[in-house]
Amino acid sequence: MNTENMPKSLKTFPREKAFYFFTSIGNYTGISAASLNEFVERISEVNVKSLEFHLYRGDFEKWMAEVVRDDELSNEVKRLQKFNLMGDALRNQLSAVVSKRLKRLTGQLGPSRFQ
Amino acid sequence: MKIKNDTLTLDATDLEILRALQKDARQTYASIGKRLGMAHSTVYDRIRRMEQHGIIKQYTTVVDGEKAGVKSITALMTIYTDPKESERVAEELSKAPKVLEVYTSLSEELLIIAKVAAENQEGLHAFIANYVAPLPGVLRIRTSIITKKFKETQFSIANDS
Repeated sequence: MNTENMPKSLKTFPREKAFYFFTSIGNYTGISAASLNEFVERISEVNVKSLEFHLYRGDFEKWMAEVVRDDELSNEVKRLQKFNLMGDALRNQLSAVVSKRLKRLTGQLGPSRFQ
Repeated sequence: MKIKNDTLTLDATDLEILRALQKDARQTYASIGKRLGMAHSTVYDRIRRMEQHGIIKQYTTVVDGEKAGVKSITALMTIYTDPKESERVAEELSKAPKVLEVYTSLSEELLIIAKVAAENQEGLHAFIANYVAPLPGVLRIRTSIITKKFKETQFSIANDS
């Protein structure tokens, strides 16, 4: 597969750049994501405590900005912090935001309202 | 003290010298010799041979970091690994300056236990997330931050319990 013209957001990253899901300081779940596609899959299966831990530390937005290099997605995820979401409500919202972005990037949706 | 096939076998006098050094490694050969009733040159020779054979590994200083004003936290990591990769994981951990001690342990699963020090909780987490978790063969990690130390000592050859 030719990945040269693929947006960076859709690429698979080396393991040192993957996102590693923790439930608290130093407690790694064994679940990681090396691409945005994998990220969406993993957030549906990981312990929801891990999503709460990372969202409110700003880890997701940081990974999306620095590794995925998708500032728009990073800002969308950061916005979720304002709603004080917990549990499955957080899981569903996070999944919806990232899935929507993926669809946009793969051309399955129209242009973003931010573009 | 006997040397056979390049292996040093210690006698009672060597053990006495080691006990003396473990109590106070700064004391002189003459002081040890006087206490044990032997010449300082004998003490010197025996210590040199124990150093050369790696029985005496190093002379170090035990620092109370808290009193020295060094802010740091210590944690114990239990790392569950793929058995095929555990040796390599342990070797990679051993290279990291933040990791103070590394052990492998066989319980229900193959584990690596490592003691790690960092400047604060954020530094600890960043190290584990960016360096330990990505190592091939790491399945999951449990970390316990040490809140209070009741005892820390090295193995002593002294007879008292």
